[in-house]
Amino acid sequence: MDIFLQQLVNGLTLGAVYAVVALGYTMVYGIIQLINFAHGEVVMIGAMVAFTVINLLAAAGLPPVAVVLIGTACAVPVCMLVGYGMERFAYRPLRRAPRLAPLITAIGVSIILQHLALLVWSRNVMAFPQIIPLTTFSFAGATITGVQIAILCLCFAIMAGLALLVYHTRLGTAMRATAQNQQVARLMGVDVNRVIAATFVIGAALAAVAGVMVGTYYGIAQYTMGSVLGLKAFAAAVLGGIGNIPGAMVGGLVLGVVEAMGAGYIGDLTDLCRYGLGPAEACADGGHFILFGSNYQDVFAFVVLILVLVFRPSGLLGERVGDRA
Amino acid sequence: MTPASAPRRVWIAAALVALALAALPFALSYAGTAWVRIANFAVLYVLLALGLNIVVGFAGLLDLGYIAFYAVGAYAYALLASPHFGLHLPFWIILPIGAAVAALFGVLLGAPTLKLRGDYLAIVTLGFGEIVRICLNNLSQPVNITRGPQGIAQIDPFRAGGFDFSATDRVLGVEITGPMKYYWLLVAVAAVIIVVNIRLQNSRIGRAWEAVREDEIAARAMGIDTTAVKLLAFAMGASFGGVAGGMFAAIQGFISPESFVLVESVLIVSMVVLGGMGNIWGVILGAVLLSFVPEVLRYTVTPLQHALFGKIVVEPEVIRMLIFGLALVLVMLYRPAGLLPSAVRKRELAEEPK
Repeated sequence: MDIFLQQLVNGLTLGAVYAVVALGYTMVYGIIQLINFAHGEVVMIGAMVAFTVINLLAAAGLPPVAVVLIGTACAVPVCMLVGYGMERFAYRPLRRAPRLAPLITAIGVSIILQHLALLVWSRNVMAFPQIIPLTTFSFAGATITGVQIAILCLCFAIMAGLALLVYHTRLGTAMRATAQNQQVARLMGVDVNRVIAATFVIGAALAAVAGVMVGTYYGIAQYTMGSVLGLKAFAAAVLGGIGNIPGAMVGGLVLGVVEAMGAGYIGDLTDLCRYGLGPAEACADGGHFILFGSNYQDVFAFVVLILVLVFRPSGLLGERVGDRA
Repeated sequence: MTPASAPRRVWIAAALVALALAALPFALSYAGTAWVRIANFAVLYVLLALGLNIVVGFAGLLDLGYIAFYAVGAYAYALLASPHFGLHLPFWIILPIGAAVAALFGVLLGAPTLKLRGDYLAIVTLGFGEIVRICLNNLSQPVNITRGPQGIAQIDPFRAGGFDFSATDRVLGVEITGPMKYYWLLVAVAAVIIVVNIRLQNSRIGRAWEAVREDEIAARAMGIDTTAVKLLAFAMGASFGGVAGGMFAAIQGFISPESFVLVESVLIVSMVVLGGMGNIWGVILGAVLLSFVPEVLRYTVTPLQHALFGKIVVEPEVIRMLIFGLALVLVMLYRPAGLLPSAVRKRELAEEPK
């Protein structure tokens, strides 16, 4: 039971970060049906900028929370600029092109961003300075760290804020109108280009915050960190139903928890010795014959994704849209 | 246009191209055997891009995990012709096995997922590719099947009778190296696959694929079994990937999961789209360009920096990838349907946007 609770806490933390990144994917997809492959790299750039600032300020003697906040405050505008830049120069000219063309530019942008980061920050792993004291709280046999609590609270605050923005402001209404029908939205006086740019910029800001969170959680940042994280978040967005904002939140949390549970239990469950099936010499003296260890964690996430999609082809919360004729 | 009705000019042009392709390794070997190897990889990528073109270009199904089939073919070859299991089957038996196993994987992936719409299918195939790679990486325990991240080494080269594809021979005083022999074999296989592709495109199946790509509901209404047709595209594309994988394993003599990462899948999709998906010649052009350009940059960036600054200012690898990324973006911005668009794409772009 204590493993269960512990993995649930870890999974929720990571899942909340996935959800915030997935929101960036899903907002862009919802509005222009583009898989923004470069979104993961924006997360990475956010983490790298924040880490640079935090490392510079670490010795200044400011309170740790202030240092992290300043780092984030520097990362967010940089990422917003990157988000705006890629929309303006790589995607906007292609809005009427065949569907796969912007996908290829997205891949190109992702390669460019990753190698620009390599140029600026080198291959070395950047470490988070030891400024946040490790505070842990235990309950019911599981422990949760202060950083985890902060991440969870922040993620839920972000999700609530975004929901407010999308469903209760003029910009949000314009975004939803553009997503439904660009042509009609334009006729109603919506500046479609501005709204799409705003979507990218908001997604990039979320990515920056997510980058700081995931960097703080693991304590490291590197120029390659964006791709795997981006992939997971994309999977989360699809799991929830791509283009659907509550879906991205649910998908992220589900994927995080599934992954953590998989890592926690898959080794035990596939230990053939438990079922008396393993070879005798391996199982002697409480030995193990584990078919799939926790290094299959990522497989687990993708298998669940595929299974969910097989039974619910438009994701957990996605609407069942008929094929367009 | 079938070969039987092709005018004489086409045959002469084909003969000239064949001659040029046959002579190419001699020219390249002046620049070094490395370039012959690069040419080999370019042809391997042509095979892969043509295979993927069936899925993406003909049938319109975005597959982001295509490299998995390449991996399956490569591992099938490596396991059946290396000291790892002590098996040394000849290549003409293994290559069909590899193609069949890859096709089986294609069906396994396709059967449950083909009802998914475009982008959902993309992430499922992507996930499938990752699953295959992670399994290859971890199937060394508890029973050692793939040797995990260490990879499989000492894979047999192609041998037929006394003829060894990896050895260097002298014919009439001309040195014929291993990579050159593989090059001719690869070009021959590529030629066969190109012909198969051309014939497929104009066949009943090819037109069924095109119908499914353009409008699935209309295709079904016309009596096309869309599921079977899509599955066939997956299986056929996968089997081409499997053959290419087997040849890759034999040429390299060593494979590990690192050769089958997501970036490779993405690279092959880029080749197809950049060249002009659906158009066989465009896809070939895309594959050749994207495999040669990075190599040319590799050999020019360092000397250029020395000449300009007298030292290496920026890591060559970084510049290479930056130019590569920029090229992808620029080509798509100026030629969104690819370098050599297919006739259908041209028509679509010429239409007034809705």
